[in-house]
Amino acid sequence: MLRYTIRRLLQLLIVVGVLSLLLFAWLRSLPGGPVSALLGERATTESRARLTEELGLDQPIFVQYFKFVGRALSGDFGVSTGVQPGDSATEIFLQRFPATLELSFLAIVIAVAVGIPLGYLAARRRGGWLDNLSVVSSLIGVAVPVFFLAFLLKQVFAVDLGWFPTAGRQEGGIDATRVTGFFVLDGILTQEWDAAWDALVHLILPAVALSSIPFSVVFRITRASVLDVVDEDYVRTAESKGLTTPVIRRRHVLRNAMLPVVTTIGLQTGALLAGAVLTEKVFAFPGIGQALALGFERRDYPVLLLLILCAAGVFVLINLLVDLSYALIDPRIRTRGGGR
Amino acid sequence: MSTRTDKIDALSEQAARGDDAGVSLAAAAWRRLRRNPVFLVGSTIVLLFVVLAILSPFLAPHDPAVPMLGDQVVRARNQIPPVQEGHPLGGDQVGRDLLSRVLIGSQQTLLVGVLATLIGLAGGLVLGTLAGAMGGWVDTVVMRAVDVMLSIPGLLLAVSIGALFARPNQYTVILAVAVVQIPVFARLLRGSMLAQRHSDHVLAARALGVRQRSIVFRHMLPNSLGPVIVQATLVLAIAIIEAAALSFLGLGNPDDRLPEWGQMLGQAQNVIDSHPQLAFWPAGCIIVVALGFTLMGESLREALDPKSRR
Repeated sequence: MLRYTIRRLLQLLIVVGVLSLLLFAWLRSLPGGPVSALLGERATTESRARLTEELGLDQPIFVQYFKFVGRALSGDFGVSTGVQPGDSATEIFLQRFPATLELSFLAIVIAVAVGIPLGYLAARRRGGWLDNLSVVSSLIGVAVPVFFLAFLLKQVFAVDLGWFPTAGRQEGGIDATRVTGFFVLDGILTQEWDAAWDALVHLILPAVALSSIPFSVVFRITRASVLDVVDEDYVRTAESKGLTTPVIRRRHVLRNAMLPVVTTIGLQTGALLAGAVLTEKVFAFPGIGQALALGFERRDYPVLLLLILCAAGVFVLINLLVDLSYALIDPRIRTRGGGR
Repeated sequence: MSTRTDKIDALSEQAARGDDAGVSLAAAAWRRLRRNPVFLVGSTIVLLFVVLAILSPFLAPHDPAVPMLGDQVVRARNQIPPVQEGHPLGGDQVGRDLLSRVLIGSQQTLLVGVLATLIGLAGGLVLGTLAGAMGGWVDTVVMRAVDVMLSIPGLLLAVSIGALFARPNQYTVILAVAVVQIPVFARLLRGSMLAQRHSDHVLAARALGVRQRSIVFRHMLPNSLGPVIVQATLVLAIAIIEAAALSFLGLGNPDDRLPEWGQMLGQAQNVIDSHPQLAFWPAGCIIVVALGFTLMGESLREALDPKSRR
């Protein structure tokens, strides 16, 4: 188990290392480059040469890369040029990461809270109207582009009906105390209930849009795995030894059916990150996703480099946690000697 | 490896095992598919989409590139040509006939979906066959590379590749969407090739002295294609949706003389509040077509799954 964990952590390091090298090379290969970006197209040859030297761009590329890694290890990823000009990339990340985390967490909660019960009910009444309806809606959930769904929700519930705010994380007029950077949590901690409520209301529409894909997946996996488990021998055994139906459902069906669902939830982080880029743009929600979208639009390379590296790191790390938790939940995997 | 990759492997092994059952897998699958309403709906949508793409030059009433209603566009007041005689859906941001653009758009959309899937499939086929047939260190190297690619979220990878090009066009979009799919196909194919390496028909061929190359290409590869075809159907839908997402993020094809639904949807984002029809038509088309491919893929997957033969 320990060896497996260490191997996977090494793999995480390799992924981030290879990715940083690729991204770095990509950054250097772009037309223009930081010199033109800082001085403009009309700069003299001398001033260009001076700045090139100053920035260390005249050195061989591998020297530059090692210098970059050295600075990155001490937390310096450079200064943003487009998303929030002047701020350091690390600052932008720390400021926005809680926002995306808050949003993704709520999206997963919605996906699980709706997907699992619905999947279970659909499997129990297989072929019934609830089953057919929810299967069709989960398929449509995958087919609708996330940003279009976000637009629809915003148009109907924010613009036309006015039930929710159209953009942002918090109303400007509210003077909230910041503790953790998680606005809802801040409001609860400082007992500023209006601020917490306002932050929550801002989260709902983007979270619903973001939850569409994880919901579809969680629902379908739950349904399929309940259908699988119901046919297992141990369920028949439980029935024949006279256990009551609720006990069988709770202890034998649901518990075993949850295993693949737990895995799936973890695997959705990738989809969530991608979805956050699109949803946050629609709702002008100041998170990682919006910074990424803005970064691509304004070609803000320091910010992009840091955010993509972090996204990949988080993705791999969560996959590792899922695999480990899977081994903890399922004794059959534990006895097999801790994975391959 | 991670559970995500395990899932891909399980699918390929499952389908490879199916070959050992009595009736031919394809025949049994087809018998079940013919009566499956999900498959019928899906394949009907896909068929209509392809026919539309072929016939659209004859169906479209106007040239999709000519701003014939241009004089009705007032940019300052965000005014866009309304529905009128001869233009049943009105015009777009620069006064081109919306109906013609939606109809002709099916061509480029089909092109994006098919080309992206084919490139992803070709890349995956090469890598997967190499890894699955050669084994050993080739397998290790290829699969490590594939795992690194799989560890980056799909859209982020596509967006990064899309941003690589200083001047995006239709083909950079297709390439960006396709590259993301290569590792999935590679892993899928490797799994089913590995499952076959020690199966009876490969052993028999080897005992008869068939050359390694023919064993791989004539015996192993054809038997591994089932799950790959299922995945390709699903990827067609994903490619069309992701191309739209790239457009939405400003990394799509800026040349809009030949319309594409994702591009139309991406470009409509600035006027969606005042003129939702510009987004609704392409979005509706994308949703229906993506649903068609997904229904077809899911029903194919179910039909090829030996567990559902009961």
